[in-house]
Amino acid sequence: MNWLISFLDWLREFFGDPENWTGSDGIPMRLLEHLEFSALALVLAVLIAVPLGLLVGHTGRGELLVVVSANLARALPTLGLLVMFVLLLGASSIWPVIIPLVLLSVPPILVNTYEGVKGVDPELRDAAYGMGLRGEQVLWRVLVPVALPLILLGCRLSAIQVVATTTVAAYTGLGGLGRYVIDGFATKDYASVVGGSVLIVLFALVVQVLFALVQRVTVSPGVSRRLKVR
Amino acid sequence: MITFDSVSKRYPDGTVAVDALSLEAPTGEITVLVGPSGCGKTTSLRMINRMIDASEGEILLDGVPVRGIDPPTLRRGIGYVIQQAGLFPHRRIIDNIATVPYLLGWDRKKARATAMELLERVGLDPALAQRYPFQLSGGQQQRVGVARALAADPPVLLMDEPFSAVDPIVRTNLQDELLRLQSELNKTIVFVTHDIDEAIKLGDRVAVLRVGGRLAQVADPKTLLSEPADDFVREFLGQDRGIRRLRFISADGLRLRTDLTVPEGSDGGTSEPWLLVVDADDRPLGWRPGAEPGRLEPFGTYAHRGDTMRAALDAALLSPSGCAVAVDEQGKVVGVATRQALDEALTEAADG
Repeated sequence: MNWLISFLDWLREFFGDPENWTGSDGIPMRLLEHLEFSALALVLAVLIAVPLGLLVGHTGRGELLVVVSANLARALPTLGLLVMFVLLLGASSIWPVIIPLVLLSVPPILVNTYEGVKGVDPELRDAAYGMGLRGEQVLWRVLVPVALPLILLGCRLSAIQVVATTTVAAYTGLGGLGRYVIDGFATKDYASVVGGSVLIVLFALVVQVLFALVQRVTVSPGVSRRLKVR
Repeated sequence: MITFDSVSKRYPDGTVAVDALSLEAPTGEITVLVGPSGCGKTTSLRMINRMIDASEGEILLDGVPVRGIDPPTLRRGIGYVIQQAGLFPHRRIIDNIATVPYLLGWDRKKARATAMELLERVGLDPALAQRYPFQLSGGQQQRVGVARALAADPPVLLMDEPFSAVDPIVRTNLQDELLRLQSELNKTIVFVTHDIDEAIKLGDRVAVLRVGGRLAQVADPKTLLSEPADDFVREFLGQDRGIRRLRFISADGLRLRTDLTVPEGSDGGTSEPWLLVVDADDRPLGWRPGAEPGRLEPFGTYAHRGDTMRAALDAALLSPSGCAVAVDEQGKVVGVATRQALDEALTEAADG
């Protein structure tokens, strides 16, 4: 049980140190940075990928783009991309880090949005047009609500990926929770490594819970089939 | 009235779905398009609300070419019912029914009140209003589909094999319900089916289409059965069209005997081979064979007022006595149609 004791000791040491709770390298600040980078990257990715996915899924034009981007995303090495952008653009602003984060998180959202809209039962689409809905009404009133679980799934996958990759981004000198892990390793400060890891895991869990809540609020019970038959 | 004026649909690859179709669907009647798969019946239907555009010819709605009407506007004025109901899964039943009224910009309250009315009209429990489609059975969903099509009270209703995905018992119910609704609403209905029995049951007029989208015959069901235009129609109608024709001959004229019924418990001797035993309320209990007074054999009944010769014949065939029992609305025996009486009526029917 030695490992558990040292683990708990490290945690006590890390979270118990008042110095770790203040200043520019304190936990609140690092958390905020992590949140800022992740959220910024994710919001940009959503703004790009959701409209594009809806357009492609609804019109059926540009399907090749979706396929190619999905395959690219699988092939791209995260860290390599980060390092490349930092080398290309320098480390003076956050953009060399944000751009690859956005690039990485666009494909899951794009693919899932596209698949969600494309996969809506053709009978349903037909009925919607047959009732007299116009193209954009069919999209917003029928296809989006029905495809919403998949769209949100794409966003959630990207969010988790972004949170994880933002950690790695500390390698390039960026702030965020990754600092604790990377600096801790460099100085053999294992309390910092363990404490930072725990914070990152908690952060990812909170993101998951948030998405579950968003899903619950936005997806119709008729689509999620959450209700029991009375 | 809906008029097809030599309408054709050709696809770029050369397939002809509908070939120079000329047809009229009169106002207030049910016109059924029937035929094997590939005969263009669904295509023809979908050209009316411009889900598909005709390549040649003109479809007129009360004299106005649909070609000139913006499709969404046109469709909001035409009820449309499809095979799988196609309800919006994310909306409650009441809002599904109110789809077109919402599109037309009705006040929400009025739209919902109309939807509630229709829910009852199609025979559904008002408690279903707040449910989602996945909570309803296939038959219930199909009723909601009909209610949704009727919501904005369109004069025209297009029904594309609406009852073919439900089980036979539910289908029969839905068909009867449609006929009941139609007797109240008098819509101009175009109904597509591949089931000739459904066509004959529902249609005021039946248009039989052949593969390649050509009209084989259009007639009322009785004429169709007695005078099929050619071998294709004859074959499509099937072998027992003589029997099915009996559905259009009323059983009211059957000569009834009233001297064959005896009350329960009486053992009056008689020379008749069969006697119908009735209870104190004149309801039939069974046939008693003259040779074996202790036994009761099964019987078949038909409604004295309203049933057809087909029902009467069916009732006769259900019983070893070979006689059909005519009953009134309360189920009380009015009389018995013997084989002789049925035979006379059938001879008359065969003569036209």
